[in-house]
Amino acid sequence: MSEKNDKGTGRLVHLRVKRQDGPDLPDTSRWEEFKVPYLPQMNVISALQQVQKDPKTVEGKEVAPVVWESSCLEEVCGACTMIINGRVRQACSALVDQIAPNGETINVEPMTKFPLVRDLVVDRERMFQDMKKVHAWIDIDGTHELGAGPRESPEAQEERYPLSRCMTCGCCVEACPQYNDSTKFVGPFALNLVRLFNMHPSGALHKNERLETVMGEGGVQDCGKSQNCVEVCPKEIPLVDSIAVVSRDATKRLLFGWLLK
Amino acid sequence: MAAKSTIRSEGGKVRRVIVIGGGLAGLMTVIKLCEAKVPVDLISLVPVKRSHSVCAQGGINASVNTKGEGDSPQIHLEETAYGGDFLANQPMVKGMAEAAPGIVFMLDRMGVPFNRTPEGLLDFRRFGGTLFHRTAFAGATTGQQLLYALDEQVRRYEIADVIDEHGVSIPGEKMVRKFEFWDFLQVIQDESGTCVGCVAQDLKTMQIKFFQGDAVVLATGGSGIVFGRSTMSVICTGTAASSVYQQGAVYANGEFIQVHPTAIPGADKLRLISESARGEGGRVWVPKDAADKRSPKDIPEKERDYVLERMYPGYGNLVPRDIASRAIFKTCFHEGRGVFNPKTGRNENEVYLDLTHKDETFLRNKLAGILEIYEKFAGVDPYHNPMKVFPAVHYSMGGLWVDFERNARGSIEAGSPRNHATSIPGLYAVGEVDYQYHGANRLGANSLLSCIYGGMVTGPSVASYQKSLAKSAYDLPKSIFEKAEKRSQDDYTRILKQNQDKANAENPYRLHQELGDTMLRDCTIERDNKTLDKVIEKISELDARVKNVKCTDPSPRANQGAQFVRHLENMLVLARVIAQGARNRDESRGAHYKPDFPKRNDAEWSRTTLAKHETKGAVKYVKEFSYTNAGKTVNVTDAVDLSLVTPRERKYEQAGAASAAATGKLSEGKTEQKGA
Repeated sequence: MSEKNDKGTGRLVHLRVKRQDGPDLPDTSRWEEFKVPYLPQMNVISALQQVQKDPKTVEGKEVAPVVWESSCLEEVCGACTMIINGRVRQACSALVDQIAPNGETINVEPMTKFPLVRDLVVDRERMFQDMKKVHAWIDIDGTHELGAGPRESPEAQEERYPLSRCMTCGCCVEACPQYNDSTKFVGPFALNLVRLFNMHPSGALHKNERLETVMGEGGVQDCGKSQNCVEVCPKEIPLVDSIAVVSRDATKRLLFGWLLK
Repeated sequence: MAAKSTIRSEGGKVRRVIVIGGGLAGLMTVIKLCEAKVPVDLISLVPVKRSHSVCAQGGINASVNTKGEGDSPQIHLEETAYGGDFLANQPMVKGMAEAAPGIVFMLDRMGVPFNRTPEGLLDFRRFGGTLFHRTAFAGATTGQQLLYALDEQVRRYEIADVIDEHGVSIPGEKMVRKFEFWDFLQVIQDESGTCVGCVAQDLKTMQIKFFQGDAVVLATGGSGIVFGRSTMSVICTGTAASSVYQQGAVYANGEFIQVHPTAIPGADKLRLISESARGEGGRVWVPKDAADKRSPKDIPEKERDYVLERMYPGYGNLVPRDIASRAIFKTCFHEGRGVFNPKTGRNENEVYLDLTHKDETFLRNKLAGILEIYEKFAGVDPYHNPMKVFPAVHYSMGGLWVDFERNARGSIEAGSPRNHATSIPGLYAVGEVDYQYHGANRLGANSLLSCIYGGMVTGPSVASYQKSLAKSAYDLPKSIFEKAEKRSQDDYTRILKQNQDKANAENPYRLHQELGDTMLRDCTIERDNKTLDKVIEKISELDARVKNVKCTDPSPRANQGAQFVRHLENMLVLARVIAQGARNRDESRGAHYKPDFPKRNDAEWSRTTLAKHETKGAVKYVKEFSYTNAGKTVNVTDAVDLSLVTPRERKYEQAGAASAAATGKLSEGKTEQKGA
């Protein structure tokens, strides 16, 4: 098997990591700096992995290795979202050559909109709970054989597929000024899911039910139209369009829905 | 005599089954259990939506035959058995191939955005080991889309009430309770050895807790991290499989590890470039002249060696993965013809995977997901430049031994509690963690299928098993569970405390790198007995050194360091099963290739490797064993069930050779072979 050159080139990567030992330990909040050997094709994850192998700060102090969340490392699972040099993104696709080509310091922080677990790990459970709230699924009768699904044009599939690539990574809500622990706003990703499932022929059978979940407090009218979400979405999902579609459909439902009851 | 109620225990508790792992196999099992009205506790290392299934790219196989090619489940069965070099138990494969069209339709109904034909039907593309268009796909992120669909359906059961046999909701009890960020530690066995629950650890608070369960299903995926870097997610350490293997579960065919021919290098991971790139027309080549330093675009077609097309004209770029990986390895290592890299000034162990002759819009529609990965991680535009790729560890064909019951049709008996049962009564395994379906080499796009089919079989199987129980796990003395929990707690304390004051204590991450380097270098594409002896020696050395590991993290919260030490210890156990299995098998079959024994040897090796854990870490390979299933003793041998497709030599040089029996061209093929 091929083994790429694992030996360092003498070049060092400079990481500055915001750490905290636990949610109820704000006193332990601190920045720690690490210098680790550069590797070809290095990303922020592999820099953090280097810290694990020799967990010492630049001052030479032995510390616990940095704690972070990751899984796929190819930007499809959404796990390793964090704030890198001030921008929310996945650490796996943050390549050292691109973000610090001349050895600049890389600042790494946890997301701020979710309860902190430790260091770079936060608890994004709220997003998964909100998926329940907005009825983010198709109501199939069961998994027994019922033949093929509804036909769909290639154009409709091409519109639906990009909306379906949301990894629940949290970038959009991190960037959203309306999303925080004092509001109930479900956030751009959840509104996008409402649009996604309402587009599907079987999903549309429960369109009104889904719309009603976002017509009250925390729903689509909580969007402040800053459009930050679409700027940071790593999958380039047209979140602003999705919010507009859901908003229009919700308004229609609000104005005319009672006539249909 | 069966218990009175399958919903409540004698003591009035809701009787649950535990599923470990929330990838495709685990989620499908959960859905089937819920449909059978069995409440579930779902325990997962990561939020289930982040499971490794998201990484599957190319698609899912089903012989729907919408292209007028005459494809059929019979052909799918034959090509899977043939591609697996006749090591797969064929009734399982038959069941899977026959269920496949229904599975794809079900996913379609769940809303998976599969690519479409102009008529609005599902589109299918080609994949390795077949000439038929059999692979349904959603762009090039099919695994992600399938996982999301099942995740959404499971979410529905998270808000569904448990209903008792009188049709009354049980207050506060939902059909599915999820425990995410929990690490599986061990199964709990009663005095008869039956699995009655498990112990797991909350990775946020580090709390260790027992779970009672009438049965436990492991759906914990593969073990690629044993090889250091692979195409697998960082969570695929095989720790759960290793743990139950050490508790007595038989492990089968561990030596069969798939190396995927086309991945891109990375410091942290080797990222897969799906076989679908070749399914949609991608071609693998190197310059004919190894000294050719020109940029690939400047090398004219006639000066290129299309390696796979030349060596295997019948299947070309779509030969199965074991064959493609060996061909690329031979080209790069033995012939020194990897492509020239101007940055390093030498020929690297890489070949071109070229899609530049295809239309950009076509590529965006069908392959955007993987081309995006190449663009992001390699920093080069693959629409206009050939990609540079090399082989990487990708999939574990082997895994926990699981049973099946054959029916009169030669397929598997629906609802039998033997299906997917491990050798520990009450413990089931499904998905990549089991050893079924793929034999010695898995065909592309069969893994998503085997995970979902496996789940569809395991759900009803576990439900039958639960019905057969005379007593629920919830009615057993608490002491059984508390004892197991304490054992896990003690082990965790040991990890935290050991070697803290030792001067030259080992770092677990560095030890893992040593293990990975050895396994990757010496236990993958080509295997040699002398080298394997050294690998085994190295594993023994690491076994000794792991005892000197010091956990570098003393924290009581989210302690990933201690978790990693545990996984590392378990990886070493699996590494031995893999390496020793490879050392023993003196033949070449599918992904297992020994230049000293270049042929398949059916007389001696047409059998399943069955590994049992012995004290002091030794592996005992057995030819037979027996286990208890739903009160009956089942005798098991290492014979492979080859009742449906007679083994023959694989000949991918010849078009149609893999499907010749089903298409009636076998005799023709034989004549040609004689002629040649």
